[in-house]
Amino acid sequence: MDLSFSPEDLRFREEIRAFVAAELPPAIKHKMQAGIELERDDYVAWQKILSARGWLAPNWPVEYGGTDWTIVQKHIFDEELAVGFAPRSLPFGVSMVAPVIINFGSEEQKQRYLPRILSSEDWWCQGYSEPGSGSDLASLSTRAERDGDSYVINGAKTWITLAQYANMIFVLARTDPTAKKQKGISFILVDMTTPGVTVRPIETIDGGHEINEVIFENVRVPLENLVGTEGGGWTYAKFLLEHERNGTAGVAGSFQMLDRLKEIASEQRYNGSTLMQSGDFAKRIAEVEVRLTALSFTQMRALAAESATKSPGLESSYIKITGTEIQQAITELMMEAGGYESFDDRSRNALLYFNFRKTSIYAGSNEIQRNILAKRMLGL
Amino acid sequence: MDFTLSSEQQQIKESVDRFVADAYGFDARMALSKSADGFSRDHWSTFAELGWLGIALPEDRGGFGGTPVETMIVMEAFGKALVLEPFVPTVVLGGTALAYGGTNAAHGDRLNAMIAGDVLLALAYAEGNSRYDPSIVGTTAKPDGSGWIVDGTKRAVAYGAAADTYVVSVRTGGGEHDEDGITLVLIDRDAPGVSRVDYRTVDGQRASDVTFSGVRIGADAVLGEPGKGLGLLEYVLDSGVAALCAEAVGNMSVMQKTTVDYIKAREQFGVPIGSFQVLQHRAVDMLIEVELSRSMLYYGTVAIDPNGDAKERMRAISGTKAQIGRSGRVVGESAIQLHGGIGMSEEYMIGHYFKRMSMLGLALGDTDFHLRRFIAAGNKSGGEGSGIGSAGKQLAGVN
Repeated sequence: MDLSFSPEDLRFREEIRAFVAAELPPAIKHKMQAGIELERDDYVAWQKILSARGWLAPNWPVEYGGTDWTIVQKHIFDEELAVGFAPRSLPFGVSMVAPVIINFGSEEQKQRYLPRILSSEDWWCQGYSEPGSGSDLASLSTRAERDGDSYVINGAKTWITLAQYANMIFVLARTDPTAKKQKGISFILVDMTTPGVTVRPIETIDGGHEINEVIFENVRVPLENLVGTEGGGWTYAKFLLEHERNGTAGVAGSFQMLDRLKEIASEQRYNGSTLMQSGDFAKRIAEVEVRLTALSFTQMRALAAESATKSPGLESSYIKITGTEIQQAITELMMEAGGYESFDDRSRNALLYFNFRKTSIYAGSNEIQRNILAKRMLGL
Repeated sequence: MDFTLSSEQQQIKESVDRFVADAYGFDARMALSKSADGFSRDHWSTFAELGWLGIALPEDRGGFGGTPVETMIVMEAFGKALVLEPFVPTVVLGGTALAYGGTNAAHGDRLNAMIAGDVLLALAYAEGNSRYDPSIVGTTAKPDGSGWIVDGTKRAVAYGAAADTYVVSVRTGGGEHDEDGITLVLIDRDAPGVSRVDYRTVDGQRASDVTFSGVRIGADAVLGEPGKGLGLLEYVLDSGVAALCAEAVGNMSVMQKTTVDYIKAREQFGVPIGSFQVLQHRAVDMLIEVELSRSMLYYGTVAIDPNGDAKERMRAISGTKAQIGRSGRVVGESAIQLHGGIGMSEEYMIGHYFKRMSMLGLALGDTDFHLRRFIAAGNKSGGEGSGIGSAGKQLAGVN
C-alpha cells in the first residue's frame, strides 16, 4: 500500500501545472476565479490551446488524437486544470459522443467527427431527456421515421446544456414504435443547422442560461448518421451515461470551491473577528473538507480498480452521489458565509448555490443512482 | 499509488481472518466478555506465538519491522469479530510508547516481554478536566531525589485491571494547559500508592479509573525526555486512533453486510422488506459511508510515520477519525433501524456491533474533538518540526 505519487507522476504534475500557468488566458482565469459564466469564445479559445498541445481528449486512443497517459496521470491532469482555474473541457463532444463513435460508430463517422471535435469546429450537445421522460429515459417519445435515405425526426428534447452554442446534437429517438421500450431506440447524430431544429432557452433559478429545449419538426437526417445498429441506441446511451457519471463527481473543482469558500469566510467580518475564526463555521467547513478528502481517495481506489479491470465499475454511482452532495454542501456554505452580501444579485455566493442544485438531478438523479446501487451492488 | 496488500500482508490477513473465524463466534465472544478478565489469556498467547504483538514495531526495538498497515490488517479483522483482547492498549499504545520513548535497557526488556506476551500495558492519559486533549495534564510528578512522586487520577484506562504497567502522562513543569512540561512515565499497576476503580464498559470491554497517590518512581521510569513528552504522546495516540479506525471499518462492514442480508430475508406485507425503495436507499447510504471510511482509513494509516511531518500526520489522522466517527454513527443507527425490533435485542449480534462502534466514535477523541484538531493542524504551518518531536530523537541505539 502506497498512497504517494511516483516521481514520474510528480514530474508530470509539474509539467501540467507549468502548462496551465503559461497558457491559460488571464481573462478566462479571472472569470473562473470570480465565478462568472464563460462565453462560447472562452471555451473555444481554451479548447484550441489544449488541442494544439494534444491534450484536449486525453481519454481517446492515441490513434485518434488521444494520449497514452495512465489513469493516475489523467486524474492529475484534471486536478491541475482545476487547481489552475482552467475551464473544465466540455464533456459533450470529447467525453460523451466521441467514446460512443469510437466504440460503436462507422469508420466514416470516426474520420469525419473526431477531428472536428479536436479542432472545435463542432460543438456537441446531448439530446437525451424529454419533457415527459426524465429519470425514466427509456420512455422517450421523440420519433425518427425512415423515409427514403433519411430519418425524419419529430419531438422535443430538454435540459440541454449549452445547446445555444452547439452545431451538433446526438439524439436518442424511437425508430421502432412497436418494439418494447428500450428495444426501439436509436442513437442519431443531427446537424443543428438542418431545417426544423429550434433551440429555445430555459432560464434557470440562478438567472443563468445554461440549458435549453430543442424542438425537432420534420427534421431530415441522412441514414448514415445512425450510430451502430438501428434499435441499439439504449446500449450506447448506457455506455455514455457511465462515462458521464465518472466526470460528475467534480472532486478537483470542489477543492477549488472550498478554497473560495475559505476566502469568503475570511473576508466576512464579525465583531472584530472573521467568520473563519469562528470555531463553529470553521468546523462546518472542516467537515465538508474531510468528506471531500475521503471522496478523493475513494475515487483513487476506483481508478486503481479500473486500471486493473479496464472498465468503470459501479463505484461511479456512489462517487457521483457523494461528489454532488459535497458540491451542494460547499455552495450552501458559500451562500451562508456571504451573509447580507449574498442578497446582492451581482454576488455569485447565492447564485452558485441555486445553480448547483442541478448536480443531484443531472446525469441520472442521485435517487436513480441509489436504485442502481441497491439493485446491482447490494442485490436488493 | 497502490492500494493493494503485499503478499506478506496478505498472509497476515489470512492468518488473522482464520483465527477469528475459528475462535470468535458470537457466543464464544459473549462468554469471554462475561469472564473474570473480560478476555482470553489463551488467545493472547496465540497472538504472541503468531507474532502479532510485535508486528508493526521496529526491528531495532525487538519488533518484526512491519508498518501501520500490518496493524490495520489485524485490527480490521478484530473489528469484524468484536475481539476483546487488549491489543490497542498493550501493543499499539503501550508498545509504541516504549518503542519510541524507551531510553534504557529496562525499557527494552519490558517491550520484549510485551512482544512475548508476558506483559500487558495500558495508556493512562485522560483526566476529569481534559476530555480527549492530551495537552491538559493535571497529574503531577514532583522531583524526589533523582526520581519523582506522582499524584493524580486518570480516567477510562482501557483494561487497566489487566495491564501490568501503565504509560502515564504527568506534569513535570508548567501549568495544567501548557504544552511543555508533560512527561510520559511508566508506573506498575501494583506499585504502592496506585489504586483503581474497575468497571465494565457498555461495549463489553473493561476499563479503570486509576489514582496515583504519592507514587514514587525512579528517573529510569521516564520515557523520552522529561518535559518534552507531548510530541511522543501525540504520536502514540495517533497510532492508536489509526488502529481504532481500522477496527471501526471492520465493525461497520459487518453491520452493513448483515443489514443487507437481513432485509433480503425478512418478509413483511408478503415481500422481502429489501424490496422497499426507502430501505434500499438507506442501505446504499450505509455502503457509501463504509467506502468513504475505508478510503480515509488507508489515508490515515499511511500517514503514521515516525519520520514524517507531524502536522500532516495529525491532520490526516484527525480527518480520518472525524469521518469514521460520523460514518459509524450513520451505519450503526441505520443497522439498528433496518433490523427493527430484533436490532434492540441483547441476544442478537447487531446491537453489540452498534455499541462497540458507538464507543469507538468517542475513544481517543470524538468527531468534534478531531474536527477541531484537523483545523488546528491545517492552520499551523511548519509546526514544531517533524517526526514525533524531540522525544523521539533520542531512541537510536537504545534497546
